[in-house]
Amino acid sequence: MNVIKLVGFRGYQLKILLSMMFLPFCSVAAEGLGTIIIDAGYDRRTSIAIVPFDVDRSLGPTDRLADIIGFDLARSGYFDPMAFDNMLSLPTKPEEVFFRDWRILGVEYLVIGRGLGSLPGNGPVEYRVYDVYNEREISSGIHSVNDKDWRAVAHLISDEVFELITGIRGAFSTQLAYVLATNVGLPTATYNLEIADSDGQRGRTLFSSSQPLMSASWSPDGKLIAYVSFEERRPSIIVQEIATGNRRKIAQFQGLNGSPVFSPDGEKMAMVLSRDGNPEIYVMRLSDGRLRRITRHHGIDTEPSWDASGDRIIFTSDRGGQPQIYQVDLNTNYVERLTFRGSYNARARLLGDGNNMVYVHRRDGLFHIARQSMERDDFEILTSTNLDESPSIAPNGTMLIYATQDRGRGILSVVSIDGRVKYRLPSVSGDVREPAWSPYLENP
Amino acid sequence: MIKQWFQFLLIMMGVLVFAGCASTSQTQPTEAPDPLEAADTAPAPQQPPPEPPAFDSAGNPYVPGTMRVLGRTLYFDYDSADIKASDLRALELHARVLRNNRDRQVLIEGHCDERGTREYNLALGEGRANSVQTFLTSAGVFASQIETVSYGEERPEDPGHNEDAWSRNRRALLIYR
Repeated sequence: MNVIKLVGFRGYQLKILLSMMFLPFCSVAAEGLGTIIIDAGYDRRTSIAIVPFDVDRSLGPTDRLADIIGFDLARSGYFDPMAFDNMLSLPTKPEEVFFRDWRILGVEYLVIGRGLGSLPGNGPVEYRVYDVYNEREISSGIHSVNDKDWRAVAHLISDEVFELITGIRGAFSTQLAYVLATNVGLPTATYNLEIADSDGQRGRTLFSSSQPLMSASWSPDGKLIAYVSFEERRPSIIVQEIATGNRRKIAQFQGLNGSPVFSPDGEKMAMVLSRDGNPEIYVMRLSDGRLRRITRHHGIDTEPSWDASGDRIIFTSDRGGQPQIYQVDLNTNYVERLTFRGSYNARARLLGDGNNMVYVHRRDGLFHIARQSMERDDFEILTSTNLDESPSIAPNGTMLIYATQDRGRGILSVVSIDGRVKYRLPSVSGDVREPAWSPYLENP
Repeated sequence: MIKQWFQFLLIMMGVLVFAGCASTSQTQPTEAPDPLEAADTAPAPQQPPPEPPAFDSAGNPYVPGTMRVLGRTLYFDYDSADIKASDLRALELHARVLRNNRDRQVLIEGHCDERGTREYNLALGEGRANSVQTFLTSAGVFASQIETVSYGEERPEDPGHNEDAWSRNRRALLIYR
């Protein structure tokens, strides 16, 4: 009985999986954003088999756990998940695992899983991870599932498997915020602030306006999003609570109100105001709105980003005649220029290690994302597309997401910090821009 | 000297009357002497001719003394907030309209093309709006008549991704209200 079900399952899955699990052009349909396209991974990837969970049989095509986990691991660039139709057996319980089946296929790690509840599609899900060569179980876990949370559970399992094998904390359970703009240039223009899972799925709208929205940034606890809204026909900085949708206007001074970025402790916000005549970096204490002006220069100072300690801010300034990255020590107000290559370097973001930053770099008239170590001797252009902007780093520091153009349409794209892994999250409709990768979330 | 001045005055009054007639008959005057010069230098005539309205039905200004709609968009060079020489005359006319109509206000929108980062472009767009504002205030428009806002690259006139679109998107708009 069990065997018949499994065979039936394989037959049903075959057509979809052939195309889904085949690098480098594997893909999964998405709701929030379009079909992810994996363009590049590491040359040497770990072979892993994620066997369809027994509950997958009763789930819709976009909710099947093994598909989601496999795709998460594939787009990380570290893993080469095996296509289901290449598997010699489809175990869901420990007693069904025969290591020989996997060893002869060259599989290094095996993941199986099953529902423990009475009803398929509900109750807890158990998964187990095996080291095939050493023929032993190396981890297991149980996650409880509500009907609507299959994808969240799959991403949690992806995080655990990823960390178990690579030693790097997984960031699949994180989310993305971005702006979806439609009908730009027309009177019917619409600007949506959206959030979606890290794979672009389960997208939903936080706020919609006929006027531009921009510069979304997460609070360090992942509960708030700050952004710039032109809903009153001039820019203001809004802080919105994701869970409730409650919105608070925290800045609407004369002139620019832009580039809101929460401090690492979440108590302050760096922002750009031109209320004193030209764009300057300020820090607002969020408890009482008290402002401290950080920069004093008649040029443009904008696009602040905190380092992890909260002691310094890096920012874009054209005080040298062209936009370059500077840093300011918040204790001494000492300003230092950080970039010297090229005539346009802007909107930098620091990696958590504090030793590297990424920014928008212009070369030969094209805009790319570049990475630079703070010691300046190590510089690398990570992207080969044009009009690349708004780099945002995953909380585990392995990847960054940025906005670019694809056949005239704004899309999001991801590249690893070393430039080796690349995938795209195209838009279903309209222009997708200004991605902001969330911090680690407690309840994604 | 006095005679010469009187002759000049007569000529200017003739011009004003002609302009008035032309506008009521909805025809464009042929290259008449600069109406701008006329209004600034001519003393008030004893019986003022009917003046054309300063604004059209949508509230947008005419070129003073005519019923030609005054252009309200200025274009900029790449990465520049400098007003082009070819736009100075139009801006002088806007200053005139605002000086003559102190109850009217103008919103100056600054815009950029899509190249470069969004927040940096927001600052660039503000620079463009500020250039226009500075021109108008130094030409006698009250600061209280002017508001500025920068939309950066967020509201392009042309959503295309080529040089043609970019040149149309680097602009400042004067919106009367």
